[in-house]
Amino acid sequence: MSAKEEILSRITSALRDAPAPGPVPREYRTSSDMPEAELIELLVDRLEDYKAHVDVVDLPQLPTTIAERLKDATSFVVPHGIDTTWLPAADARRRIDAPGAVLSVTELDGTDAVLTSSAVSIAESGTIVLDGSGDQGRRAISLVPDHHVCVVPVSSIVRLLPEAMARMDITRPLTWISGPSATSDIELERVEGVHGPRQLDVIIVKGL
Amino acid sequence: MSNVFMGMPTLPVFGDGNLHIEETFPTAAHRELGNTQMRANLRHATHTIRDKRLKVVAELPDWEELRDAGSATKNLVMANLPALLEEFEKNFTARGGIIHWARDAHEANSIVAGLIKEQNTTEVVKVKSMATQEIGLNEYLEEQGISAFETDLAELIVQLGHDKPSHILVPAIHKNRTEVRDIFLAEMPNVDPNLTDEPRLLAMAAREHLRRKFLSAKVAISGANFALADSGTLAVVESEGNGRMCLTLPETLITVMGIEKLLPGKEDLEVFMQLLPRSSTGERMNPYTSLWTGVTEGDGPQNVHLVLMDNGRTAALADKYGRTALNCIRCSACMNVCPVYERTGGHAYGSTYPGPIGAILTPLLTGITSEENSTLPYASSLCGACYDACPVKINIPEILVHLRGEDVDSKRGTKKLPSQMDLMMKGGSWAFSSGKHLGLLEKGLPLGKLAAGRDKKIKALPGIAAGWTQSRDIPAPPSQSFRDWWKKDHTPVAATNKQEK
Repeated sequence: MSAKEEILSRITSALRDAPAPGPVPREYRTSSDMPEAELIELLVDRLEDYKAHVDVVDLPQLPTTIAERLKDATSFVVPHGIDTTWLPAADARRRIDAPGAVLSVTELDGTDAVLTSSAVSIAESGTIVLDGSGDQGRRAISLVPDHHVCVVPVSSIVRLLPEAMARMDITRPLTWISGPSATSDIELERVEGVHGPRQLDVIIVKGL
Repeated sequence: MSNVFMGMPTLPVFGDGNLHIEETFPTAAHRELGNTQMRANLRHATHTIRDKRLKVVAELPDWEELRDAGSATKNLVMANLPALLEEFEKNFTARGGIIHWARDAHEANSIVAGLIKEQNTTEVVKVKSMATQEIGLNEYLEEQGISAFETDLAELIVQLGHDKPSHILVPAIHKNRTEVRDIFLAEMPNVDPNLTDEPRLLAMAAREHLRRKFLSAKVAISGANFALADSGTLAVVESEGNGRMCLTLPETLITVMGIEKLLPGKEDLEVFMQLLPRSSTGERMNPYTSLWTGVTEGDGPQNVHLVLMDNGRTAALADKYGRTALNCIRCSACMNVCPVYERTGGHAYGSTYPGPIGAILTPLLTGITSEENSTLPYASSLCGACYDACPVKINIPEILVHLRGEDVDSKRGTKKLPSQMDLMMKGGSWAFSSGKHLGLLEKGLPLGKLAAGRDKKIKALPGIAAGWTQSRDIPAPPSQSFRDWWKKDHTPVAATNKQEK
């Protein structure tokens, strides 16, 4: 008997006296109707609690805010699908990561910052979800550089995790981000920044 | 879904690995209780997490509804496990992942070692994982000439300190900052000799130490917090980004997971991702969660394996009172509220799984007849705090009592228990049948005081009464009985009262 057959047969044998399970009650909150201004306020509060820096801007201000956040970076990476109207026309510091022209891990390690968009954000838990779309890029680019600047369109913010889950394509490679990298392993004292980006700047964009 | 059972029931096959404890809980606890530094560290840690947890749980108006959904989902998963496992395998495989099945710890270890050797490497990076801790994977790989680097800060502290984890969430909870600095100075190559004990600087030293390993590793090993059957998706929940490094950068990813970790689909994950971070670290959400479904072209590892492991889980599943222990999502909330764990620490439990959940899960996975493990269900005051804290409502106290019963039943006959018990009961019956008998026995009290010695404690009783002193000392009896004292002190007063009337 193969290991698989043996394990499945053991389970079936173990369960022979198991009662039929009841249905799963789903009385927890799955929808909400929070106004936009409150959603933004809640998300900002949660993100700042995680020690992320947050800007809330109107769409026309986005390019200047991005430029301001990236001003200290000597180089930064963007995914191939990023909206180029957000960026200055010519910038020698910019590296583009594209399918077929990916940056090596060493190149990423030598890059100061990364700019991405995001797929959906959960206000109640302060969580931003990246799903690997063209404007978010593959997982490594938002991981290796030490500084992550992340654009959050207001239309992508929901209040509850179940609302966000309904919008996610679960089969894409997903990264849920709630603040910068952190550890509490030494005497439970929280230290921001271990292996992932140590600085997370979030730009919430109204009208996007 | 129906799983019609055909033929003879198979005997339960128990698990092995770091589950068999080497000494009884009372012996280990007695020693660990003497470590005052550890007790102070633990008290601070468990109280801090406990308070944080209560705060963030109180924020959710539907916490109890989430617990109900989580508990019912897990019961549903266990009842339909064979079908869900096959569904998961089909979907994970369809997207380029490869599944391996392992009956026990040895089989899982040898599958992983074989996969690493195929990649011609002798170094792997590892995300903290309870499953690989359970099977002793690091030790096995070392025997095979493969170095496995733990990348979680706490696991790194434990690994460099040649120590064992003492908590499932914060494995180095028993070490304070000074102890951590000393370990780094002694064991970490190229560390700054002026390293202070500030947690930030210690974390940065760990970052420096592991950075090259992450960027050059060809193979990574992880566990998994959840697996979704209807899409073939795996999920890892973490904080430091070391998980993302391991899951994203190497070409080969090998995940080891117990068969009980499945969820039917993503509408179940939404429940557990609300329950888990709040219960474990007391955060609204952990900094990073990674989800992957087989292989994604151009993003992350292109050679993706999953080892699905039994190792005693089917034996636990066969125990109809204990099987809900498999619903555990390894959040550690039960440990942080347990008065016994808080004082003895995780090492006293001797197994990968300490605390209240360990006291039931360990003997369920190995069988209660496994000698030392049979002492674990007694490692509890049965106060019930663990049941209240459990996000999936595992009734730990009830299972503890059930396992104590199993333990007594399994020893009946082998230790001639009834005859000693009969004698004691007969003696008791004689003593309490008349005041004269009891008075006669009480004359022996000073003898007890003598037996207690200078520290005024009786530490060992003979025969089956030894069970009592295994986990507690008896204070020395007083030099006179209450009745004697009353006679001496109160009779004259009573007489006076009578006269006044």
